Amino acid sequence: MGSILFQNVDKVFGPASSGVKALDNINLEIAEKEFVAIVGPSGCGKTTCLRMVAGFEAPSAGLISVSGKKVTEPGPDRAVVFQQFALFPWKTVRENIELGLRNKNLPAGERNTLVGSALKLMNLETHADAFPHQLSGGMQQRVAIARAYVLDPDVLLMDEPFGALDAQTRVVMQEELVRLARVNPRTVLFITHAVEEAVYLADRVAIMTRRPGRIKEILDVRSIRQAENWDRFQKIEDVMDLESFVHLRTHIWKSLREEKGSQSI
Amino acid sequence: MNSTPLTWRETMAWSLLGVVLFLGLWSGLTTSGLVPRQFLPPPQEVASRFIQLLTSPFAGATLPQHLGSSFMRYAYGVLLAAAIGVPLGLLMGWFRLLDDIVTPIFDGLRFIAPIAWVPFAALWFGTGIGGPVMIIFAGAFPPCLINAYRGARFVEPRLIEAARMLGTGHTRMILEILLPAAVPSIVAGLRVSAGLGWQSLVGAELIVAAAGVGFMMVQAQGSVQTATVMTGMVAIGIVGMIIDVLLRQGEAWLRRRRGLEA
Repeated sequence: MGSILFQNVDKVFGPASSGVKALDNINLEIAEKEFVAIVGPSGCGKTTCLRMVAGFEAPSAGLISVSGKKVTEPGPDRAVVFQQFALFPWKTVRENIELGLRNKNLPAGERNTLVGSALKLMNLETHADAFPHQLSGGMQQRVAIARAYVLDPDVLLMDEPFGALDAQTRVVMQEELVRLARVNPRTVLFITHAVEEAVYLADRVAIMTRRPGRIKEILDVRSIRQAENWDRFQKIEDVMDLESFVHLRTHIWKSLREEKGSQSI
Repeated sequence: MNSTPLTWRETMAWSLLGVVLFLGLWSGLTTSGLVPRQFLPPPQEVASRFIQLLTSPFAGATLPQHLGSSFMRYAYGVLLAAAIGVPLGLLMGWFRLLDDIVTPIFDGLRFIAPIAWVPFAALWFGTGIGGPVMIIFAGAFPPCLINAYRGARFVEPRLIEAARMLGTGHTRMILEILLPAAVPSIVAGLRVSAGLGWQSLVGAELIVAAAGVGFMMVQAQGSVQTATVMTGMVAIGIVGMIIDVLLRQGEAWLRRRRGLEA
């Protein structure tokens, strides 16, 4: 349960003959409980990769499967956290989190217990009856993460989830996500253009080329993290000062800069 | 164009000036003798007729009683339009097939003005309540349907995706996602419907034999009582304005409650 597989995936937008090729032969295997981040220049199709796993879009060629099953439509086994939160403005925090559980036809008692623990997990207990517009961006994204986690999904799909947040809130949320990943590890596909974020959060980082997007390189961050014991630090800034971190970050930066450079020629 | 916004006082002053000019012109026309008094009584005569009709009956009822009968028909017509138009619009906004089936028929029918339904409604219902209700319905239905449809069709796509990702089925999607998302649009549509329904009223009451403002006006026309005819027009205008103001306030209240700008 919880693996993601991209097999020779192409994506063309528009008619097959004259359309724009967004993705070119993507092959990627994400193991159960693995956290993989995809970084790439803007417009490279990284978000499209996630949207195809979610079932919002179909590949033009190739196959995408989750837990060995071909993806055909959206479903609660693949929970999505959107950049713009996508909370229902007319529902309270509690109702937003509860909707997926109601769709699963769980009895009210069980729903209450699950929603309660999701609220607690994301430190939202005092805001359960607030409406989204009454909350800050960071709090809204906590709700969106709680809404995804409460489904107990096979995989968690996060599309630049902290992209719309201010820098401080962003750091808090990144640390929070690492904490969550330890408490409750699960398969995560994380899209970002922030290199530090990818290195800090992910087990592996996939770097994409400019359009048509291909996977250029996959870096194993986990083995370095474990060898250098990054986890002894609580704060992201301490990890970011480590030589091993800086080295990885610089490597990815350079790789991405090559893409930007070739774009302008 | 003047770009400085007027204060509330200034706006009121200019509006008042407009009314005074209008009444002055009207009064001038009648006193000049250019238009026979019989066809255009002066404003004060219409005003006194209005006040008189508030208590003394004409064509079997006082003005408030006529308005009451009219309002009943109007309420039936508009409520029926909302009860059918809003759900149908939402369903069409979600199910593409239904959209494809209904849209061509609807696009043809909505160009038949409410007044053009009068002969058909008379054939069907004679002088019963059904005829006027049908005509008011014809006026009020299109905005109900169109606005519910647009509201459902143009929901923020991320919200639909979020709901699908959460495993939301069709019924819940329509009731809990499309409907609340479409509320501002639906309410705007209901306001337009209420206005158009009220405008269709006199046409609807051409085929009524008992009571109603339209009936009163037609009776007065028969005996060349221009002041009474105009009293009916004034009453329709005033009630229409009251309906519009009330619905606007309801709409603003709803938007504030939803955290949207009013």
